[in-house]
Amino acid sequence: MSKETLNAKRLLCPLPVIRTQDKVKKMQIGDVLEVVCTDPGVMQDIPAWCRINGHKVLETITDEMEYTIILEVG
Amino acid sequence: MSKQRKAVALISGGLDSLLAARTIQEQGVHVEGINFYTGFCVEGHTHAIRKKDKATPKRNNALWSAEQLGIKLHIVDIIEEYKDVLINPKHGYGANMNPCLDCKIFMVQKAKEWIKENDFDFIITGEVIGQRPMSQRKDTMPVIATESGADDLLLRPLCAQNLPMTLPEREGWVDREKLHNFSGRGRKPQMALANDFGFEDFAQPAGGCCFLTDKSYSDKLVDLWSARGRKEYDLDDIMLLKVGRHIRPKDNFKVIVAREDGEARFMQGYKKDFINMNCASHRGPLAMVDGAPTEEDLLIAAQLTARYGQGRDAEEVEITIREKDGAERTVTVKPFKGDEIPKEWFV
Repeated sequence: MSKETLNAKRLLCPLPVIRTQDKVKKMQIGDVLEVVCTDPGVMQDIPAWCRINGHKVLETITDEMEYTIILEVG
Repeated sequence: MSKQRKAVALISGGLDSLLAARTIQEQGVHVEGINFYTGFCVEGHTHAIRKKDKATPKRNNALWSAEQLGIKLHIVDIIEEYKDVLINPKHGYGANMNPCLDCKIFMVQKAKEWIKENDFDFIITGEVIGQRPMSQRKDTMPVIATESGADDLLLRPLCAQNLPMTLPEREGWVDREKLHNFSGRGRKPQMALANDFGFEDFAQPAGGCCFLTDKSYSDKLVDLWSARGRKEYDLDDIMLLKVGRHIRPKDNFKVIVAREDGEARFMQGYKKDFINMNCASHRGPLAMVDGAPTEEDLLIAAQLTARYGQGRDAEEVEITIREKDGAERTVTVKPFKGDEIPKEWFV
């Protein structure tokens, strides 16, 4: 199992979702990806994308202007 | 036991594509969604940028549609490839800079490539004859099928009964009798079908999903190309056309003035890419200068910046100007009065 981080700061939705999708394609089931964003829309969009594609959101963190989503590849 | 057929549905996030996908799901076909991101999609961006839109949900409607349908959604970044569609549309533009017919042909062509790569059988869209003036007419819908290369692999479930039979119908993968015969701009049949399927909350569709159909946005894009002397853009260009007041006092420079805090926050991310300024003596907006301004031009930009701050009625205000390298200086200017700004400066 590996853990990776994706910097999606300054990108507006759906680009953080697309970057997450492209990154996850290269990862293995059970791997963990931390996505760091500045668009608050990701708090809705990335969990929705995870739900429909069978990935699990482990944690979401809101910190001032940054939004971090930690997911496990399903 | 017959093989379960697989279709990819172009999902825009609007009602029609939602209904088209569900119509085919109901016939036992495995459906997955595909959504193309051109850079000009309305949803998401303006919600993320502008504070005034905070009351509206920030959801991405394509993702939401996929969730309602219980299908996977593949979002495809076509920003680079789309440039040629927008800059050189074979079939021309619509009322604004919207190359709707070329756009649809391109997306169906990409979907055709996708089904080949992913071993799917056919493509479905939510198109309805007569629904849109450019891409959804009886005479242009066959053009989409032909020029995209999809031909009879392209099924439009909402109006299929008004069109020639496609391969999925001829082969019995779907029952034509259970497809629909919608036509025209009316929405009643769609609303009734949504009701039948139990969809209660869905995005209001038809034309509102692309910035290129918007006159104000299109004017800014044309101005950008005109000022540069060539038709080209990158993602940052088209993002910045979505925010702020765009004021062009001269051909060689343009001032973008944030209209609210959300836009100012968004523009902060570009401070290293543009000369920018804000009022030091009063509260006021962030402004960025695009182009190659002279020192005299920067004073005009400063007067404009002052116009939209709380010092607009003062005799003089101080404006801090920041170069791209971060070097700062402060100038004192007299804010423009409203009637001193020529209307033609506003892009």
